[in-house]
Amino acid sequence: MRNSPMKAAVGHSTAVLASIVMAFPVYLIVVNALKTKVQSSSMGIDLPTSLEWSNFATVIDKGKLVSSFLNSMLYATASTLLGTVIAAMAAFVLSRARTPLRRFLYFFIILGIALPINFVTLTAIMQATHLINTKFGIIILYAATQIPFAVFLIYGFVATIPRELDEAAIIDGCNPLQLFFMIILPLLKPVLVTAAILNFLGVWGDFLFPLYYLNSSAHWPMTLAVYNFFGQYQQSWNLVSADILLTIIPVLAVYLLGQRFILAGLTSGSVKG
Amino acid sequence: MYAKHYPFYFLVPVLVLYFVFFILPSLLGIGYSFTDWSTYSDQISYIGLDNFRRIFSPGENYLAYMGNTLIFTAVTIILKTVIGLALAILLSEGVKRFANFYRLAIYLPAVLPTLVVALIFRSILHPATGALNMFLRSIGLDVLALPWLIDARLALYSVIGVDTWKGVGYITVILLAGLQTIPRDYYEAAEIDGAGFWARLWHVTLPMLMPAIVVITVLNVLYGLRVFDIVYALTNGGPGYATEVIYTEIFKAFSMGQYGLGTALSTVMFVVLLVAGYFVIRLLERSSGQE
Repeated sequence: MRNSPMKAAVGHSTAVLASIVMAFPVYLIVVNALKTKVQSSSMGIDLPTSLEWSNFATVIDKGKLVSSFLNSMLYATASTLLGTVIAAMAAFVLSRARTPLRRFLYFFIILGIALPINFVTLTAIMQATHLINTKFGIIILYAATQIPFAVFLIYGFVATIPRELDEAAIIDGCNPLQLFFMIILPLLKPVLVTAAILNFLGVWGDFLFPLYYLNSSAHWPMTLAVYNFFGQYQQSWNLVSADILLTIIPVLAVYLLGQRFILAGLTSGSVKG
Repeated sequence: MYAKHYPFYFLVPVLVLYFVFFILPSLLGIGYSFTDWSTYSDQISYIGLDNFRRIFSPGENYLAYMGNTLIFTAVTIILKTVIGLALAILLSEGVKRFANFYRLAIYLPAVLPTLVVALIFRSILHPATGALNMFLRSIGLDVLALPWLIDARLALYSVIGVDTWKGVGYITVILLAGLQTIPRDYYEAAEIDGAGFWARLWHVTLPMLMPAIVVITVLNVLYGLRVFDIVYALTNGGPGYATEVIYTEIFKAFSMGQYGLGTALSTVMFVVLLVAGYFVIRLLERSSGQE
């Protein structure tokens, strides 16, 4: 293909423009988080004239950011650990022993990628199991909802691990739990990291389950806390921006550190390669 | 052999959680959708098809909400696919260096929490002081500085625009991976035959990308029909009912205690998505069967 300098210049300008459009809201949040209330009133693109670092202290205090941060951390970490490990156990035996029943169960589970959740009747189940309005209940829900995609993702990866490893371990006297946790699980690490990062980001950004099932603000994750904070301080965009910035910093960190794994998860199943 | 080394109990935690918290609510929901279950009364009585008659009656607004959901789904699919394809081609052919950096920026909105994105765009789309209208006025396009989220005729398309901005990076990444699997010789052969950019796009790129396009279309259909957060946080269905979609309406029915109606709407979606799920499984089965 021809590669004139002209073509490269057009390509780069378009790509830079697209990048600016995509990153613009994050820029807007960063500059406005450091402004005074008056300067931030129109949420403009201008740089702050003075740096109001105290905005962060204010929102951490008034926005209940410490407790909501710990809640988000707990929900995202616990549900990811629980969901990923049990999904890996299931994917392992579903992939290794493809009996007609297990083929059926595999398809039954990945059907959940498409199915919606009936939030109304789920309320009744949450009440009956006494999980409504509890942190444990939210963790269980997030663990349950990630199962279909996690099983699908890990199932494909298990097939790449040679069966001879299983046989060798069995001859050495491993029982099924030892075989799985000591031999297989460490080999699944790349796909587990992918599943875990995608789930972590998903839980961090979600607010549906808390919206439906958590009345008490002491249990709110950061998303709901920031939304509620916005309701109270709509006039103070500097504080809202500071609150938003603190909420997305963990997301940005996970994204920058884990982008390789995220890409692997996104493209599996959609294209070969 | 199977039962001994790959025991069934490995499946039990997944099956229990998946069944109790995912499948069972939908199955119960089918039953409850024939009742007048609500917070107004302790009694739940069977009312036959009344909820469904109400949902599908032309005198009510539900058909309009379904229409909004379908418009949202169709337009976001078209926009995300066309823009995503353009960006993917740009990143794979238009630029040699920094492609990974651009991709990092383009995918960035996809990892931001939807709620946060919506709050930022409520400011950006503000008619008087929002960054978008300020920008349009500064380049002399005052006529385009519209009340994006306030005008009932525009609001749905503004929501679609924000959702496209957030979701297009995901489509770009998938199509970019798809583009990289197309052998270079195909393009070289087409070029020797005198094919220009559009001819190569039409005769080489699109046919070779078709499997990836089918997958993203299915994923976008699933997403579009189930859309909730972006609408809830940008407009909450308003102004009036201009942007109301199925899942914002289910949440409203739930908040108002009209459980029977809410669960009937959920059941309609369950049936629609069950059909969609059949196609998802066939697609996934095909792609995993190739490995």
